Amino acid sequence: MNKTMSVIKVGIADLNIVQAPNTIRTSGLGSCVGIVLFDSTTKLAGMAHIMLPTSTMAKETKTNTAKYADTAIPALIQKLLDKGVKKYAMKAKIAGGAQMFQFSSSSDMMRIGPRNVEAVKEQLEHVRVPLVSEDCGGNSGRTIEFDPETGYLEIRTVNKGVSQI
Amino acid sequence: MTFIDRFSTYHLDILREIGNIGAGHAATSLSKLLNQKIDMTVPAVRLVSFDEMMDIAGGPDRVIVSVFLRIEGDAPGSMFFIVPPEQADRLVRQLTGDTSFTFEYSSENDMAFSAILELGNILSGSYLSSLSDFTQLSILPSVPSVSVDMVGAVLSYGLLELSQQSDHAIVVDTSLNEGEASGQEVNGHFFLLPDPDSFETIFNALGVTEHE
Repeated sequence: MNKTMSVIKVGIADLNIVQAPNTIRTSGLGSCVGIVLFDSTTKLAGMAHIMLPTSTMAKETKTNTAKYADTAIPALIQKLLDKGVKKYAMKAKIAGGAQMFQFSSSSDMMRIGPRNVEAVKEQLEHVRVPLVSEDCGGNSGRTIEFDPETGYLEIRTVNKGVSQI
Repeated sequence: MTFIDRFSTYHLDILREIGNIGAGHAATSLSKLLNQKIDMTVPAVRLVSFDEMMDIAGGPDRVIVSVFLRIEGDAPGSMFFIVPPEQADRLVRQLTGDTSFTFEYSSENDMAFSAILELGNILSGSYLSSLSDFTQLSILPSVPSVSVDMVGAVLSYGLLELSQQSDHAIVVDTSLNEGEASGQEVNGHFFLLPDPDSFETIFNALGVTEHE
């Protein structure tokens, strides 16, 4: 008998969690970074689509925690802790942070991809969650889908096809 | 007051008029370039969430050919000219005379990239220079950059400045259509995304206060 599976979608500057056999996906990562935190024993995982490196850049009154690396990761950890996942069991995988356009302009904003990746790694170190694999940088967009059952993160790109990390 | 509450329908109408004038000039340029009749639709000004914006362009996964440029000067912002790959193919074929070209199989074709870049440059240039004439503001387009990739990956670049203030974007969306007579349709979109602080500059230049 087939189990009904569904794909949880994570939008831009959004986060969510998933329990096997469902999978979780976010589409069209460019300079944004997609992060997955998962626990292979309870088969629970969380994903965030991070746009900007730090919430100190925020000029808004009400911050969307899922938008910034330094707020999204703690928020994601909290969501998983609420579901009973132990912090020591959590592992991370990340993808994204590409440089989509080549500009001569020295604007820091255009280097946002690498900055996002740095910020995410820094934050992971800070909260002591091990980063087990990554697929970052380059100049193509990615759509990623995580299956908490197997622990594989599937990465689709336009030019290079599908890979798994 | 949050970013989106600052705008009344009156303000959105002004932005629509800006889109109208800009796209009108761009359509004329395209028409001259291709020596064909080009139609344009009445522009839409949409107040959308980031996810909705990706949906306007066909969904975050969809592959598009996009020309992106930053607007510098008095009213900074971002501008995109996007076309679906198969239509970009036809534009390139018409411009270069290379009838077998496709973006799908020849991502290394410099000539084609250069052609579509120049096309984007001319169209955005005429859009922005009319906007500059209309508002008397100094609006300087950067050197454009072209990318063939997923909608989400590409458009999120235009949202970076905005995303520091809001989870919504104001998109001035205008589309150009090649005359139906040819039986083949080109459906290109211009997305104008002023940076948050630029709205006030634009409104002031037109003699409208922001809180009206």
